[in-house]
Amino acid sequence: MPTKTFAGTTVDVNDEGFFEDPTQWTKEMAPEIAEEYGVPTPLNDRAWVVIDLMRSEYFDKGTGPTVRKISKLSDVTTKELFALFPKGPAKLAAMVAGIPKPKGCI
Amino acid sequence: MSGNANDQQRLVILGAGTGGTLTANRLRKKFKQNRLRIDIVDQDNQHVYQPGLLFVPFGLAEPDEIVRKRDKQLHKGINYHQCPIESVDIETDTVTLEDGTTLAYDVLLVATGTRLLFDETEGLTGPGWRETIHTFYDMEGAIALAEKLDEFESGHVVINVVDMPIKCPVAPLEFAFLADWYFTEKGVRDDVRISYVTPLDGAFTKPTASAALGSLLDEKGVEIISEFNTGQVDGEARKLISWDEREVEFDLAVMIPLHGGAEYVENSPGLGDELGFIPTDNATLQSTVKPNIFAIGDAADVPTSKAGSVTHFEGEVLVENIEAFLDGRPIEHSYDGHANCFIETGFSKALLIDFNYESEPVGGHYPGPVGLPLLKESRANHLGKLMFQSFYWHGLLPGRDIPGIGPDMPSFGKKQPVSG
Repeated sequence: MPTKTFAGTTVDVNDEGFFEDPTQWTKEMAPEIAEEYGVPTPLNDRAWVVIDLMRSEYFDKGTGPTVRKISKLSDVTTKELFALFPKGPAKLAAMVAGIPKPKGCI
Repeated sequence: MSGNANDQQRLVILGAGTGGTLTANRLRKKFKQNRLRIDIVDQDNQHVYQPGLLFVPFGLAEPDEIVRKRDKQLHKGINYHQCPIESVDIETDTVTLEDGTTLAYDVLLVATGTRLLFDETEGLTGPGWRETIHTFYDMEGAIALAEKLDEFESGHVVINVVDMPIKCPVAPLEFAFLADWYFTEKGVRDDVRISYVTPLDGAFTKPTASAALGSLLDEKGVEIISEFNTGQVDGEARKLISWDEREVEFDLAVMIPLHGGAEYVENSPGLGDELGFIPTDNATLQSTVKPNIFAIGDAADVPTSKAGSVTHFEGEVLVENIEAFLDGRPIEHSYDGHANCFIETGFSKALLIDFNYESEPVGGHYPGPVGLPLLKESRANHLGKLMFQSFYWHGLLPGRDIPGIGPDMPSFGKKQPVSG
């Protein structure tokens, strides 16, 4: 299984770089993951609203939310979401939040 | 009514489409009327064979060939109510219809599918709607698009999936393949550019199938524009604009709009999620909302395709589980996410894919080594797709089993996936 090192700790990831075990993630890792995948840093308060939501939804429902769900579950608009996590917000926010790839898109 | 009314349990089914109809019919056969009362509700009496909508724009199916009366598909002893649903009260186990009727239930089955949310994308139904901006995802749209295609001889056709989830995720690809065939037959293919614009990072969601379908698009000269998240349709300038401000110009946009659950779900506290779908256990199809609520088909939020084949395979498991619930036995049967679909690729050919929650679509044959070829274009698959409609009305909806085709995904006869 591939591994990556963030904030000095080695974690298990899949072929695409998503965390295999979200409990290995710590807040300190988020800025480094963001840098690696082209997410604008420093992560501001709004980015953290999304990151916290990704994790709480994952632990609550077993998968991270899709873009449409993020904008319905928080006050972060779709437009803003694409500014915070350009290109693919659901995927990138999941990456930074240390959770597996959201399953929503089948 | 015969029997003791106190022993009679009440099942209310919301939606008389594929899932609602087949479940009602299968349960009617299993339970006597004095043991189980079955009420089913739908807002209209038009049961559309939805796979047929793909063919209407190309003149390959007539609208009246793919529509039948909903109540005529139901076995005797099922009470059909034609009325929009107002709300469900999950605390008191009651459904209220718009005409004021209330239906109390012991078990509720939500089978109301999805709703097309054209208005949730800015500009989609604004200037150019039904002129240069079309859809084939409903009957009205498919008929209007047939007229448009008839007169269309040159320009840029853009097929755009706004966002997932959508019904039948392969249908937009099939539309692209058929458009290639259609304009070739018409002798104008060189003057028509066809592009497939998708929010996904490739043609499909699953890697092996995505690669196979991607190269088919390529062979047919269909350009793929990926990771495009449509934020706005500008009908005056005739362009799609993504949330990250990329633009795609079009002469004809064929839109697959956002999908959500039925409207009454929003008026029913606790029943659905943010998009109006029902939180449902992947394996048992029992909702996670309340034990006496089940969901089937597009209405359920299970992580597989929103497609008729899924509903069909789910139905067999669901019927066993509702029966167990009514009898007070533990719910045991489990659905594995099995989905399959014929993908029409034009020129009288089709390919077939078969997959479940865990396994992605691979090559080989279905349902066994001497079956239909998987992930490969063939005439046999095209004929399979054409014959399916008859089975739909006469086999699937009435609740007959197909010999050799069970709900679980078969793996015999399949190639092993390239990577784990």
